[in-house]
Amino acid sequence: MPDAPQNSANPADANGPDERVRDISRWRRALIRPELGGIVGTVAVFTFFILLAYDSGMFNAQGVMNWSTVSAQFMIIAVGACLLMIAGEFDLSVGSMIGFAGMMIAIFAVTLGWAMWAAILITFVICVAFGALNGYIVVKTKLPSFIVTLATLFILRGFTIFIPQTIERKTIIGGIREASEGDWLAPLFGAKIGGPIFQWLGDMGIIGTFTRGSRMGQPIVDGIPMLIFWAIGLVIFGHILLTRTRFGNWIFAAGGDPQAARYVGVPVDRVKIQMFMFTAFCATVFAVCQVMEFGSAGADRGLLKEFEAIIAVVIGGALLTGGYGSVIGAALGALIFGVVQQGLFFAGVESSLFRVFLGIILLLAVILNTYIRRLITGER
Amino acid sequence: MQPIIQMVNIEKYFGSVIALAGVTVDFHVGECHCLLGDNGAGKSTFIKTLSGVHQPSAGEILFEGKQVNLTDPRDSIAAGIATVYQDLAMIPLMSVSRNFFMGNEPIKKRFGVNFLDHEYANEVTMTEMRKMGINLRSPDQAVGTLSGGERQTVAIARAVYFGAKVLILDEPTSALGVRQVANVLQTVDKVRKQGIAVVFITHNVRHAMAVGDRFTVLNRGTTYGSAKRGEITPTDLQEMMAGGQEMAQLEGSLGGTV
Repeated sequence: MPDAPQNSANPADANGPDERVRDISRWRRALIRPELGGIVGTVAVFTFFILLAYDSGMFNAQGVMNWSTVSAQFMIIAVGACLLMIAGEFDLSVGSMIGFAGMMIAIFAVTLGWAMWAAILITFVICVAFGALNGYIVVKTKLPSFIVTLATLFILRGFTIFIPQTIERKTIIGGIREASEGDWLAPLFGAKIGGPIFQWLGDMGIIGTFTRGSRMGQPIVDGIPMLIFWAIGLVIFGHILLTRTRFGNWIFAAGGDPQAARYVGVPVDRVKIQMFMFTAFCATVFAVCQVMEFGSAGADRGLLKEFEAIIAVVIGGALLTGGYGSVIGAALGALIFGVVQQGLFFAGVESSLFRVFLGIILLLAVILNTYIRRLITGER
Repeated sequence: MQPIIQMVNIEKYFGSVIALAGVTVDFHVGECHCLLGDNGAGKSTFIKTLSGVHQPSAGEILFEGKQVNLTDPRDSIAAGIATVYQDLAMIPLMSVSRNFFMGNEPIKKRFGVNFLDHEYANEVTMTEMRKMGINLRSPDQAVGTLSGGERQTVAIARAVYFGAKVLILDEPTSALGVRQVANVLQTVDKVRKQGIAVVFITHNVRHAMAVGDRFTVLNRGTTYGSAKRGEITPTDLQEMMAGGQEMAQLEGSLGGTV
C-alpha cells in the first residue's frame, strides 16, 4: 500500500497491539472456560463435606466407593447428554431408555434364554436404533427435540411395563446374574477390578473388612466396578472427540448455528442424529451395568435420569441453547451431583433437602452460564 | 474474455409465486459485479440459485463455459463458489479459528487417528486475518467479540483462503456503521484484485458505486437494466432501482434528498 495516510488508519499495519482491544485479565479469561463452574463447585462441595461429614465414613474406602459409583452413573449419561446439548438438542428419553434397555436384556437372556452376550449386543442395536429414530424425527420434522423425545419417553416407558407384564405377568425380571455366568461379554459391564489388591489392603488393615458372617475377613470394598471405568472411558472419549477432532468442531457448529454450519458444508443433520445415537448408547451402557449389579431388570428403572443428566451438564457449564459446553465440565457436574446426594446421606441430613439443594444449584449454574455467555460474545 | 459464470434466463417459482421470471447475468474474473434491487426484487433468490440453496425452475448456469447443476450448497463450494451471508456467516460462541476452518478442518494423524490440527489452524487464521487488516488478540477469541464488519471480513478471508473463484456477498454492508462499511468495501477491493469474481448484493447505491465494475438492477424478478462503471451516474442507478417514475415523484415530494 503506497499511500501513508491509509496505512496509519489501518490497525493491521501497526506492529503494536490494537489500541481498541482492551487487555483482558487472567481471571476473566479463566472465567470464560466452560469448566470453571464445575471446578469451583467441586472444590466447594468437597470442602463442605470434609468439614461437615469427615467422621461419618464418607471418606473411607467404602464411602469413597459409594459416592464414586453414584457419580460414575451420572457421568455415563451426562457425557451423552452433554455432547447432544452442545449439538443443540435434548434427549428426554434417557431415563426410559435405561429402563427399556435393562428390560430388553432380561427378556432376551432370561425369558428367551439367549446367551448373555447376544442379549447385550441386540439390546445395544435396538436402543441405538431408537436414538437414531429420535434424531431422524427431530431433523426431518424440525420440531423441538424436547417434544419429540418427550413422546419417546412415554412410548419407551410404556413398552418397558407392557412387555414384561404380558410375557411374565410381572414388572421385575430377575435371574440376570445366573444368566451371565461364564459369559464373555457380561464381565465388561458387571465385573469388579482389582479384587486381590483390595484383599491385600483389607489384610493390611488399611481398608475395612467384614468382621462376621460368611464373608468374614474379606474387604467390604472388593473391587472397582466396571461402571467407573466406563464412566472414565466415556469422559475421555467425549472430551477428545469434542475438542480435538473435526467432528467435535461440527458438534459445536451444529449447536451454535445450524444454518451457518450448513452453508459451509457441515453435515448438521448427520451430526445431530449421531449424537442422539451416542446418547442412547450411553443410556444402554448405564442400563447394562445396572442390571448386572442388581441381577434384575425393573420397569421403573431410570426414572428422572434424563433430568439428572441435563442438570449435571448444565452445572458443568454447557448452555441450554447449544453450541457451548465441555465434557470435563459435565463430568465434574456429575461428580458434584453424586457427592452431594450421597454426602447429605452421610451427613445425616434429611434426604428431601437434597432436592432443594439441587434446585438452587441448578438455578445458580444457569445464571452463571448466562453471564459467562455474555462475556464471551460481548453481548450486553 | 469469457465470463466465469453465465446465468441464462433463470426462472424460479415458489408454488404460484414467480420469484424470478428469466434473469440473465454474466460474472467476470477480477470484477465486482453489483446486483441491485429493492426488497422483493429477487436478488436473494437469484444468488441462492448460484450458491446451491435453491434449484432454478428453468434456465441454465454455465461455469467456465460448461453447464453445471448446483443441487446442494456443497456443490457450489466444491466448484469454487463461496457465499457470505449477512448474519449467518459466523457462529458467535466459537473461536475465530474454529469458525475459520468450520467444515474444512485441518487434520493431523496421531496413532492412526485423525485429530484436529489446532496449531496449524491458529497460525493460518492469524496470518490470514492480518492480511485482511484485522489484528486478533488471539485465535481463541470468540467471534462474538468481533464487530459486524470484522465478522464479514473473517467470512470473506475464509472464502478466499479456501480457493473461492466466485465470491457472493449477500448485503454485507446493510447492518454496518460507516467505518465498518469502509473496511468491508476495502476488503472487497483487495479480493477483486486477487482475480476473484465478486458478486455484491446491496440496495445501497453509494456502496455499489464505491466498488462496482458492473451494475445489474433487478426489479420484480426480471433484469431491469445493466451498466458498466462510468456509463451510469448514481442518480440513474437509484432511479432504475426504484423503478423510475414513482421514485421521481417521491423524491420531488421530499425535496430530492432520498
